[in-house]
Amino acid sequence: MAPLLTMTGITKSFPGVRALDGVDLAVEAGEVHCLLGQNGAGKSTLIKVLAGAHQPDEGRIEWREEPVRLSNPVAAMRLGISTIYQELDLVEHLSVAENIFLGHEIARHGLVRPQEARHRSTELLGRLGHPEIDPEVLVGRLSAAHQQVVSMARALSHDVRLLVMDEPSAALDPDEVDNLFRIVADLTSREVAVVYISHRLEEIRRIGDRVSVLKDGRVAAGGLAARTTDTKQVVALMTGREIERPFPPRRHEEPAPTTPAPGSGPAPPPTPVLRTEGLARQGEFSPLDLTLHAGEVVGLAGLVGSGRSEILETVYGARRPTAGRVLVDGRPLRPGSVPAAVRAGIGLAPEERKAQALLMLESVTRNVSVSTLARFATGGWLDRTRERQAAHAGTRDLSLSPDDPDRPVRTLSGGNQQKVVLARWLLRECRVLLLDEPTRGVDVGARAELYALVRRLAEEGVAVLLVSSEVPEVLGLADRVLVLREGQVVHTAPAQELDEHRVLDLVMEGSASC
Amino acid sequence: MLSTTTSPETGRAPRSPDKRRRGIPLAHLDLHHVSLLAVLGVLALIGGLTQPSQFLSTDNLQLILTQASVIGVVTVGVTFVIIGGGIDLSVGAIVALASVWCTTVATQEFGLAGMLLCSLLVGLACGLVNGVLIAYGPMVPFIATLAMLASARGLALQISDGKTQVVTVQPVLDLGLPDAYVLGIPPLVLVFAVVAVLGWLVLNRTTFGRRTVAVGGNPEASRLAGIAVKRQRLLLYLVSGLCCGIAAFMLVVLTGSGQNTNGDLYELDAIAAAIIGGTLLSGGRGTITGSVLGVLVFTTITNLFALNNLQTDVQQIAKGAIIVAAVLVQKGRNSA
Repeated sequence: MAPLLTMTGITKSFPGVRALDGVDLAVEAGEVHCLLGQNGAGKSTLIKVLAGAHQPDEGRIEWREEPVRLSNPVAAMRLGISTIYQELDLVEHLSVAENIFLGHEIARHGLVRPQEARHRSTELLGRLGHPEIDPEVLVGRLSAAHQQVVSMARALSHDVRLLVMDEPSAALDPDEVDNLFRIVADLTSREVAVVYISHRLEEIRRIGDRVSVLKDGRVAAGGLAARTTDTKQVVALMTGREIERPFPPRRHEEPAPTTPAPGSGPAPPPTPVLRTEGLARQGEFSPLDLTLHAGEVVGLAGLVGSGRSEILETVYGARRPTAGRVLVDGRPLRPGSVPAAVRAGIGLAPEERKAQALLMLESVTRNVSVSTLARFATGGWLDRTRERQAAHAGTRDLSLSPDDPDRPVRTLSGGNQQKVVLARWLLRECRVLLLDEPTRGVDVGARAELYALVRRLAEEGVAVLLVSSEVPEVLGLADRVLVLREGQVVHTAPAQELDEHRVLDLVMEGSASC
Repeated sequence: MLSTTTSPETGRAPRSPDKRRRGIPLAHLDLHHVSLLAVLGVLALIGGLTQPSQFLSTDNLQLILTQASVIGVVTVGVTFVIIGGGIDLSVGAIVALASVWCTTVATQEFGLAGMLLCSLLVGLACGLVNGVLIAYGPMVPFIATLAMLASARGLALQISDGKTQVVTVQPVLDLGLPDAYVLGIPPLVLVFAVVAVLGWLVLNRTTFGRRTVAVGGNPEASRLAGIAVKRQRLLLYLVSGLCCGIAAFMLVVLTGSGQNTNGDLYELDAIAAAIIGGTLLSGGRGTITGSVLGVLVFTTITNLFALNNLQTDVQQIAKGAIIVAAVLVQKGRNSA
């Protein structure tokens, strides 16, 4: 069968970087073609070329065997190429229907026809399995998952022949992902080609037909069979090394596989560092009593909207609790005050790194030192040499790459940006670290590094509270796991006593009833 | 392909050596400042060619600098506010109110010190109101300072009854006379220089400056990093108010009077000077050096137009064109 799209020898350079270096890609109608690769491998650039947002320096693009030039996004859309970017590009203050038909409004004589737009939106949303989304509601009031559905409806509102999806499942819950896959299957059954980008190998195995692996701007392997290719082989292609065991062993697993009997050995009793007493926020999560010990990693497992992030942010003082309190070393913190939490030694690596943690225009040094400025100042006057040295020591310790303290943080990959955030709290010698989705948008290799780092911090006595959508991550990293459902802890157990299926069962149980 | 130097992690250029540009302050001048200096050079050249005897005379250069000083001090304050992610539309009105308040008959009885203190306190008080409304209201800076603009102008009119209040305190008037010049430099220019240098130091060398940039660049990240964002915002409007108080007293010295029409459209000139100086209106980036150069460019243009007997309407059009050109040049450079 002749491919729908053929890209040959695509090369694209930016100042100082050759992002794409002779990439070949062939996509057939009706297939799900997965793109894999670490951050910086060139995936984003490639799909921007495909969307007409970037012009290649060299190379040929053929559409149904005819050479084409995708000189702008409109040209790509006319051919039937639609792209759903990772960062959703919706207008919050417009309604769902207005967003779906943004740029190609249904109009007659220049007057928009809202009724027909609503009607067709309802139809599209129904087709996507979400008839409950009201086309008249403002997009800003929808959940992340529903916003994604609106994005897809927008893509489908064009006569789409090739749909490009950049990490569509990153913000979705497991059941939402199932729905996403149903939609993808529906599209491919109608001969639409899907280019699917994801960091999650298991997803690719579930819906992919073929896989192409990008590495350093080149195709490391093209058109592998998605279902049968071995995971190890794919990871090896991406990284050039095999990652045997991404989760480092827990301390007490290390010396011998036998469980230490209680009372045996000189292990000191764990010191409680952080305690919550009946901490709650109305409508978000029910009263929570939690004790975090020094050196302990506690994981919170639950769906998006189960109150995971809200708990972290309330402990951190970024949200004011409606009941209960947070204590560090037995002393209650001033409720709803981030500075108080930071002073007490709590640090937060928030879910949205770029929006909530980083000063994107600033250098690595300034991003690391921002929470510790007073330490480098006498009477408000900064000692910049000391500041830079301390920040650099911190980032070197985390093997930041490239190891340049003056580099703008926006030029770093996701994994390295996360290291910058962690270095910020390590510099403060924080004793409680709250990690919200620490590996979102982080590639496989850097993930393993972050896992090792979390474990090391715990061994050094930091208490870690971890939230992750990826159950294996929670199980692999945490000592103790709290399973959340609708704002309530429904189960607590040591991580070793749980497996992925059990956690998913607990998480989803009864969620259909609401 | 031989690209052995790309790092596997980012696929980017080889890691840069651990070096930093240090040394003489001139080496820190960025391209934007150099181009503003070039614009100043061109303006000086035009002045020298069209009015050779007048433009480069000591009197005229003193005049340019003196005129730049009042708006310059205001611009330093406004630059802080804009870098911190805000805007201050009320600066002109605050200057008017402070100049009127410190020249009332009652205030003048307290002499120079009393007038200066009054001017500074009025500026700080207006800044405090702005800051409290914006940080703790919370109100949008545009709205809050627009309200202050209207109220402060109204209050200035009420206090002065629309009359010019002549200064009778001799020490104040003396400050504006050539006898008070230090090495040929008018005291007002020295005040501007001190404010600009202090502003530069505070922005670049103190925790306050660092927090200003952080809060303007990403308020949510700053909050979650433990910065007291509200307090920072309040302080920024206090800085702006204080600068207005200083500028108001300078204007009183310069004109020997206080009136409710003082500082007319200062808000536009100050914001425009900051913008052509390279400050991002969205916050998080900007320099005092750029703002000072921006003020000098504007003042020199005004002077050139006046010397060549051109109307102020042409002058306004030229200023508008310069703002557009400066922003376009910056955009071009950022996307390159």
